[in-house]
Amino acid sequence: MQATSSLRESLVTGGKTVRDVSEDISRQVEGKPTRLWWVAFSISLVLLMFGVYCLVTVLWEGIGVWGLNKTVGWAWDITNFVWWVGIGHAGTLISAILLLFRQKWRMSINRAAEAMTIFAVICAATFPLVHMGRLWLGLYWVLPLPNTWGSLWANFNSPLLWDVFAITTYFTVSLVFWYIGLIPDFAVIRDRAIRMGNKTRATIYNALSFGWDGAAKTWMRYESVALILAGLSTPLVLSVHTIVSFDFATSVVPGWHTTIFPPYFVAGAIFSGFAMVLTLLIVTRKVFKLEDYITIYHIELMNIIIIITGSIVGIAYITEFFIAWYGMVPAEYYAFYNRATGPYWWAYWSMMTCNVISPQLFWFKKLRTNIVATFVLSIIVNIGMWFERFVIIVTSIHRDYLPSSWSMFYPTMYDVGEYILTFGFFFTAFFLFAKFFPVINMAEVKSIIKSSSEKKH
Amino acid sequence: MSSTSENYLVGIFDDEDILLHGVDGIRDKGVKIHEVYTPFPVHGLDEALGYKRSRLPIAAFLFGMTGTILALTMQIWMLGFDWPMIIGGKNFVSLPPFIPVTFELTVLLSALGMVATFFIVSDMKPYKTPRSYDIRSTDDKHVMAINLASNKLSKEDISRILKDNGASEVNEKNF
Repeated sequence: MQATSSLRESLVTGGKTVRDVSEDISRQVEGKPTRLWWVAFSISLVLLMFGVYCLVTVLWEGIGVWGLNKTVGWAWDITNFVWWVGIGHAGTLISAILLLFRQKWRMSINRAAEAMTIFAVICAATFPLVHMGRLWLGLYWVLPLPNTWGSLWANFNSPLLWDVFAITTYFTVSLVFWYIGLIPDFAVIRDRAIRMGNKTRATIYNALSFGWDGAAKTWMRYESVALILAGLSTPLVLSVHTIVSFDFATSVVPGWHTTIFPPYFVAGAIFSGFAMVLTLLIVTRKVFKLEDYITIYHIELMNIIIIITGSIVGIAYITEFFIAWYGMVPAEYYAFYNRATGPYWWAYWSMMTCNVISPQLFWFKKLRTNIVATFVLSIIVNIGMWFERFVIIVTSIHRDYLPSSWSMFYPTMYDVGEYILTFGFFFTAFFLFAKFFPVINMAEVKSIIKSSSEKKH
Repeated sequence: MSSTSENYLVGIFDDEDILLHGVDGIRDKGVKIHEVYTPFPVHGLDEALGYKRSRLPIAAFLFGMTGTILALTMQIWMLGFDWPMIIGGKNFVSLPPFIPVTFELTVLLSALGMVATFFIVSDMKPYKTPRSYDIRSTDDKHVMAINLASNKLSKEDISRILKDNGASEVNEKNF
């Protein structure tokens, strides 16, 4: 009855049984955190604290402490916002789109990837929130709330407002999807706690598991819910970065006003997201000894997605340039000429090297199955994707129609500090998640043990 | 917990394929199965137990439609009728710019409404303590519960049928 295919590699190695899955994944939730965990967690907390100091200063003094000027009115804040939202996209791709395509390899990576999505979206959201300046008044600017001016409603024609709805919906639906997946696994930890006689843990995880009992009827409904959530999340995730790209594409700034933006942004988002998933998972599998569940095969498949999306992004860059030349609009032409050869040439060429050339290295099987190479390249890709957003945003506006107002952007400590804030939050949250939540979807992995686990020799 | 005692016979299955065949065999013998508790979703188990397809997709659709209608009426009423504003010389009511918000609210209400319905119909809430027929049902065992009161066969007969159909253990559990 053991169905093993010689065409596909095993998704779980080491001859694991269903029992082993509960044991291996629950262990880190039940045990005391390791020293390595404490070190990593403390560093993240320090970053977070420094970020909070910068954030408080920005809120107290106003966003004038950022390096923005009259010409460059959008810089690091929006760059970081787009970058973080993009990172989130990989989690949804893995959990929703790969579920619809029935890709079983998503099962051991979806939990961590979805957690990453949720934390990344929170990081992203801080930038537009803080950018509003007096964010306590911001509720009236972004939500259609009755007010004393008329009511003067929010402007539904603005892509910035679409963004508000897109990001909040994306965050909420991702959170719900992630939590639904966690429920049966919380029940595993609860039942283990009952057997070990740990009453406090049993009570906490029972509340978290919503009293899950694993009845066949509940499983049937649960699978139905998961499938529909995947069906809803798929167009949702595509819409989110499309709408983010509308922030630029619907304006009439040369360099922004292009119809290629939505697909190009979505591809870039998945590209950077997978790079971040790889960075996180390579560390996680090592720290929690999950090499049998997150195998080299998983890493290779993710690297293949990086080649595909990286190539799409590369073609988009070239297309933009071609159209700028072929379209013969002087302003458009200059915007792109200035990108590649102007004062920000270094940002442009960093982006080209990191995003277009480096992922092509993964055509070599040796490199895409090598942990160290993958880890280094995943970080390079994320640096490249940050530069992509910076290049699109800053180089397009730093030289506008009036040469007398041409200017450069120099970040201050507070621009950098807020970026550090999000890193601090992201890693703090991820380490807490990795300690208290099962990092691998146990129920799903158990369901493929029979068909996809490597047999003991 | 209720004061009246309920007696259950609990069959333990080690393997999902044995369980699936077992369910068919046990139901053929006329034994009424109360419920089966599994550590992971077993495909085909719902059909073997004779459950009808879940109607949650319908709930999702209805909630989604509510979102669509709510979003469209909100935007058209606010910008078209309650306080029309000239923004870039565009029409007060024009459908294309309303599509993104309409789509997002459709997805949001559909997802939240469906999940809330799922929690309600499955009676799931944070302060609920589930009945455990065998604690190993979340680990690696498939647990079949049979209510003796709703079966005409004797305890010994059911126990034998369970064993014949692949149960590795048969226990008694009273609530």
